[in-house]
Amino acid sequence: MPDTPIALELTDIHKSYGSLEVLKGVSLKAKDGDVISILGSSGSGKSTLLRCINLLEQPVKGRVIIGGEELKLKTGKSGELEAENRKQLEDMRSRIGFVFQNFNLWPHKTILGNIIEAPMNVLKQSRAQAVERAEGLLKKVGLYEKKDAYPGNLSGGQQQRVAIARALAMDPQVLLFDEPTSALDPELVNEVLSVMRELAEEGRTMLIVTHEMRFARDVSSQVVFLHQGQIEEIGTPEQVFDNPKSQRVRDFMSSHN
Amino acid sequence: MIDLHGFGHLLLAGTWVTVKLALVSLSLGLVFGLLGAAAKLSEYKVLRAIATTYTTLIRGIPELLIVFAIYFGGSALVMGFASMFGYDEYIEVNPFMAGVAALSIAFGAYATEVFRMAILSIPQGQWESAQALGMTRGKTFFRIILPQVWRVALPGLGNLFQVLLKDTALVSVVGLQDIIRQATTAISSTKEPFTFYLAAACIYLILTAIATAGTLWMERACTPQLRYKG
Repeated sequence: MPDTPIALELTDIHKSYGSLEVLKGVSLKAKDGDVISILGSSGSGKSTLLRCINLLEQPVKGRVIIGGEELKLKTGKSGELEAENRKQLEDMRSRIGFVFQNFNLWPHKTILGNIIEAPMNVLKQSRAQAVERAEGLLKKVGLYEKKDAYPGNLSGGQQQRVAIARALAMDPQVLLFDEPTSALDPELVNEVLSVMRELAEEGRTMLIVTHEMRFARDVSSQVVFLHQGQIEEIGTPEQVFDNPKSQRVRDFMSSHN
Repeated sequence: MIDLHGFGHLLLAGTWVTVKLALVSLSLGLVFGLLGAAAKLSEYKVLRAIATTYTTLIRGIPELLIVFAIYFGGSALVMGFASMFGYDEYIEVNPFMAGVAALSIAFGAYATEVFRMAILSIPQGQWESAQALGMTRGKTFFRIILPQVWRVALPGLGNLFQVLLKDTALVSVVGLQDIIRQATTAISSTKEPFTFYLAAACIYLILTAIATAGTLWMERACTPQLRYKG
């Protein structure tokens, strides 16, 4: 469908740590409803790429466009790009959901408190409004009965499901997942993946950095393989998993099955 | 029981002065400590330099000398200022104010380090998850980071408060009618130093015990996840 709107567009993203270049010009486009999995061995720059989208990492070069709006960037003192306008950055971040490897829930707030914080403080929703939406989301991820618990009372898998609900509470245009199951015990991985699978089926636009090959193959509309900060191969799951053009991708696939 | 020869009410009045001095100094000292920590962690060199000078200087000088410096230095300053307007009488700085200034500045210097360590102990991810949702840096600090910093800093601050409580005794040398001063007054007419210093010691012990209990209670209040029964 050529006229599906573009949800997210990254152009020529470069990122360095000192003299180490971790991203060497990555461009990527996600249309509304796309689920893009980003694969690659560790150190290939997958997480860094994801974190450059909402400026948790500052790229040295590149453009980020969300829902047709370009994030205005300027070069700071350190030579890295920073937001020209703090307000625009905060506004764009509120439209990009980010799910971290280590959940990063706030331990001093209840589960409900974690979810309603940003809708109340950023979107200025009333408490009643935010709570109603949060409770609905907790039911969706199967944790309604834990709403008054604290993150420390939950398992890793439950915490990650809460973190997903927290991101969804902002009703984001794009969801970014940074290795969402890598910190979990193996038996807890599936509960998180099935929530993500459900989101993909709802037509949410998602970028997922993951090592879960079977999952990536099942849910993705596109698969990106990163190697040393560059896109080595990009295509449908069938192309990348079954018929990779690159020898490197072929080796990676055979060692991960 | 100890016979206080009718001086009990004086000791009680002194206790009230000590408690007031300690609590007011604590509140101001916490503000100094937070500002100091924020300055030490600031990206601006000037702020870092000011904060480092503050903690180095104040922690390197005995509290007694800080009290003197503020009490005598303060009245010299006020008199110098007043003489510019043709007023040449001797002006005394209120000992309570001087005490508050000295003790809160001292407390703030130590609290700066406690807060700095506590802020550094909060994982970067806590900032990131709030900012990724679009929260401002200020909101993130006050709503997400500070409550956690508080929990980490509490034991250290409780410790400093006990020291502060006992350091209030230093302000008696500039004439503040605190526990020590009142005990000394009672001793000069009864000639029973042991009785009244023992009584004073007991009062300090009771106050610090209450402070310890208060700290423990607050630590518990700040750790609700331990009380959740689900």
